[in-house]
Amino acid sequence: MRYLLHLKRDYYAGALMILIGLIAAHDGTNYQIGSLQHMGPGYFPIALGAILVFLGFLIAVTAGTSDTSEARSLPHAEWRGWLCIIAGPAAFILLGRYGGMLPATFACVFIASLGDRQTTFKGALILSTSVTVFGVILFHYLLKIAMPVLTWGGV
Amino acid sequence: MIETALQDLWYGFSVALEPHNILWCFVGVLVGNMVGVLPGMGPVATISILLPLTFGMKPVAAILMLAGVYYGAQYGGAICSILLNLPCHPPHAVTCLDGYPLTKQGKGGTALGITVIGSFIGASFGITEMIFLAPILVSVALKFGPSEVCSLMLLGLLAGSTLARGSPLKGVAMTVLGLIIGICGADIETGTPRLTFGIMELYDGVEIVALALGVFGIAEFMKSVNQNVTFDTKYSNVKVRDLWPSGADIKKSIGPWIRGTLIGSLCALIPGTGPTIASFVSYATEKKISRNPEKFGTGAIEGVACPEASTHSSVQGDFIPTMSLGIPGDTVMALLLGALMIQGIVPGPQLISQHPDIFWGLIASFWIGNIMLVVLNVPMIGLWVKMLAVPYKYLYPSALFFVCIGVYGANNDMFQVGLTLVIGVFGYILLLLGFHPAPILLGFVLGPRFEENFRRAMLISRGDIWVFVDIRNHPISTLFVGLSALLIIVQVVLWLRRMKWGPRVQAVPATPSEAEV
Repeated sequence: MRYLLHLKRDYYAGALMILIGLIAAHDGTNYQIGSLQHMGPGYFPIALGAILVFLGFLIAVTAGTSDTSEARSLPHAEWRGWLCIIAGPAAFILLGRYGGMLPATFACVFIASLGDRQTTFKGALILSTSVTVFGVILFHYLLKIAMPVLTWGGV
Repeated sequence: MIETALQDLWYGFSVALEPHNILWCFVGVLVGNMVGVLPGMGPVATISILLPLTFGMKPVAAILMLAGVYYGAQYGGAICSILLNLPCHPPHAVTCLDGYPLTKQGKGGTALGITVIGSFIGASFGITEMIFLAPILVSVALKFGPSEVCSLMLLGLLAGSTLARGSPLKGVAMTVLGLIIGICGADIETGTPRLTFGIMELYDGVEIVALALGVFGIAEFMKSVNQNVTFDTKYSNVKVRDLWPSGADIKKSIGPWIRGTLIGSLCALIPGTGPTIASFVSYATEKKISRNPEKFGTGAIEGVACPEASTHSSVQGDFIPTMSLGIPGDTVMALLLGALMIQGIVPGPQLISQHPDIFWGLIASFWIGNIMLVVLNVPMIGLWVKMLAVPYKYLYPSALFFVCIGVYGANNDMFQVGLTLVIGVFGYILLLLGFHPAPILLGFVLGPRFEENFRRAMLISRGDIWVFVDIRNHPISTLFVGLSALLIIVQVVLWLRRMKWGPRVQAVPATPSEAEV
């Protein structure tokens, strides 16, 4: 079973590399390709894309034969953690643009910390408050990063 | 030669001892030691997080600090391995084998003491190696034309991706992916925007900070969240006076220290073989030549002394190809080169002559930093032990904030934060598919220079691709290409042998490599 999973994973891995290679190569065709002597801007993307397609093909063909010790590390789906870790920075972007550093920092840390199953509501609150205080002092007052502490409706 | 080296070193000390440089060096090793101890944070993630903060600093201070994080983390990583049996940092994974049994026997303090001394010996040798070897390499490298530079990069990239962990094929794929990401943005010659998909913000290319923090920050957090590692701290109560090893232990360790140091310094010179490989090789060697190899794994002090000395000499030696040739051997070195490039400094053989303050200041700071680390580790051992208990649930949300604000602060641009997030999710998909994304950064840093030199080489040779293996006019380039071909052939032969024996469960002691990037 593990072996099969590993096999399947390598097929996907190869397919992803082929896809990226094709995208790069296709994008390269939009520009002048030139010759080997006078390479245009399109030459390298096409060449690298082709190499990546080739590598992806090799990965898929040799699926399951590479390093079997890797197969044991397949993690369980961890949707809660994943979503919170994605939502944290997303909140930072949104609130950073429309609310300032204070709410952005608080929301980012608070949401992200909810991703851990052992975090309590109170624990998350304490953590995000202290990181916010520390962060605003360090980044706004000491390092003077250009982001208002608190605003309304955009910079 | 020794005289000029000493003179340069003297100058280096005068740079490194300037008050603000010494301060940043201290900050670097302190932070490094701290994250080395913390389970779940590695030097790569830390250096990426600190990278944006260095934009406003002077180049010397920036590089001293970032380098300090790297070798400081090695000291901390040893504490983590010996006291908790946690191989959070790959180079110290092998130290667990004998370090933890020693801890269980109540000799954890001795093991740490032996480690600190061994680390200092290893590091000192690595630094000396750098002082004498780097200028020699530079004098050779200054004669390189574009074709030599190109084939050297090819060798570096191939070695970096095939000798690293995981499947070599996937490693090479990651390098090519890195090269592709590296050429994203305006073309150096014509200014044509490439691979930008119409997004204006990508015109300047992908920021190294966004790439590094996406792949080694966000993707790592997604991997580690809720993967609670249970560890018990009941043995980790170590006091300062436990640290001083007995005379018998020191006597037993002298041989392993020296052998480990030599192995580490050799590994540093082979591109792609960093401290991790050095520590594994030296442990295996020590076990082989030992009179009672059965003691290894049950708490042999030699099994701690040797890998630690080799890790540290290799860590310092790692800087040689980076600083003298501009070819990074691993991810951390790629990040450091990136930091230099952001400061407007072109890496390569001309670095030592154009920026002697950076090169010699860095070397001098290694020594200062290592002495600081010995001082930090001995009396403060109790504090470090306490830090082992900081849970991941507090660590990653705070780190995530540092990622966001760091990327934003680099350019005051929210778009980059979004890009980091996208790269992070993509990086996690790569991890799930069994890729080790570290070589991406190697490809990314070298990509633009590789293309530039390749184009130039082709222009000079009038489009003759065989110029790289023209043994009469370009013997050095031919040598590099030959070595690259050898690397590929070795990998294919290894693969064919594995095919013959069939996919089997590996007999190698499980490489505890999943824990880090």
